[in-house]
Amino acid sequence: MPSRLINWFRFGSPQSFYPLAGRLVPWFTAIAVLTGAAGLWVGFFVAPTDAQQGEAYRIIFVHVPAAWMSMFLYVIMAFWAGVGLAFNTRLSAMMAHAIAPTGAMFTFLALWSGALWGRPTWGAYWVWDARLTSELVLFFLYLGYMALNAAIDDPRRADRAAAVLALVGVVNVPIIYFSVQWWNTLHQGASVSLTRAPSMAMTMLTGMLLMAIAFWMYGLAVVLARVRAIMLEREAHTDWARELKEVGQ
Amino acid sequence: MNEPSVVSAIAGVIRRDLLLAARRKSEPLFTLGFFVLVASLFPLSIGPEPELLRRVAPGVLWVAALLAAMLSLGRMFAADYDDGTLESIALAPVPLVAAVLGKVAAHWLVSGFPLVVVSPLLALQYGLPADVIAMLMISLLIGTPVLSLVGAIGAALTLGVRGGGVLVALLVLPLYVPTLIFGAGAVDARLAGLDPGANLSLLGACLALAALFAPPAIAAGVRIALE
Repeated sequence: MPSRLINWFRFGSPQSFYPLAGRLVPWFTAIAVLTGAAGLWVGFFVAPTDAQQGEAYRIIFVHVPAAWMSMFLYVIMAFWAGVGLAFNTRLSAMMAHAIAPTGAMFTFLALWSGALWGRPTWGAYWVWDARLTSELVLFFLYLGYMALNAAIDDPRRADRAAAVLALVGVVNVPIIYFSVQWWNTLHQGASVSLTRAPSMAMTMLTGMLLMAIAFWMYGLAVVLARVRAIMLEREAHTDWARELKEVGQ
Repeated sequence: MNEPSVVSAIAGVIRRDLLLAARRKSEPLFTLGFFVLVASLFPLSIGPEPELLRRVAPGVLWVAALLAAMLSLGRMFAADYDDGTLESIALAPVPLVAAVLGKVAAHWLVSGFPLVVVSPLLALQYGLPADVIAMLMISLLIGTPVLSLVGAIGAALTLGVRGGGVLVALLVLPLYVPTLIFGAGAVDARLAGLDPGANLSLLGACLALAALFAPPAIAAGVRIALE
């Protein structure tokens, strides 16, 4: 058993994780491209036109997966931040740091596509409804995390301060969500729910799930590529980083 | 040697911070002035119609109080951090959580409580009836400690950081959203003749959660800054 444990922890060090991440990135990229193409094809050509919303609803295939990923990535970011804070592992903090820009990008994408969807269906680009508002607050939380990280020069201190902020944020996200929902809502109910049958055609669900996988894999590829860059930046003084052939003197 | 008790440590920190505030009266008064000024700007910008002012008053007064409370966050730890007092507090044989709780309490007494006291005057300017003014005071009384507790996390995390003032706003304002919603919501409900009980209960729940979870986060932030 101890040997297996060591195998897992081996990838906790930048030195051994760097090449692993490098090998994984092309695979995740390939899956993202394939499922993305399939998802868009299902979304634009296979899925039926919606009875009420016409063709405008098709933005759901971008909007909903982006919104899922924006929330999911925040939780993952807070998880790595928490691990980094608790066990003082360098790589966890770098992972949290690498996830933030991608999470913020997905949040922005969800807001932007939501605005484009809202114009034909609600007649307004922006309404102060619960989910839009809490997504906007989530966007600010991402920005705050990145701003704090950028404002502190010492990377170890930046990691720890930003980690505390991420954990405070992840406790607050549900509170913010429910407070905003309670405050006002005119958003349609959740389209996909785990407890009841989906209220949409099977093909639409397939398209959405394919796009969700595509976004997820894209997120993994980009985060791993970014964490490789962060590792090189921070470990530039070490022997293993100097010996890499792509660094080459 | 007698170990100082946690309660006496909290009381000691509060006494010291209140004394400091009493010697430098301008800073607490500045918070109050800011509150009054922001609240007075709104009628100038949206027009003097009494109906309109009464309707927006709960939101406007709450936002003004929130901004005033946020503005004063910078000096909660900054002076002590600069002259090394914060380090001595962290080294003292009492939990840092207790000490930061004392600092937050002192901050609220100096910057939060005066807002509660002054709010009826501003509410009168906006033409709110007496029962709504009472509700505004109650909601501010429950809500401003939450602002101090949550804001202290941001203040601790940005100690000695470039552009700290603006950064605090970016970190803290999103976290203030629930407090603002429930606080202004309670006043709004009373103004509309509805029962504000639910909003007040949720505001109280925010206070309970913040009192429980914020002090460890503040202490962690202070420790990180002192490393």
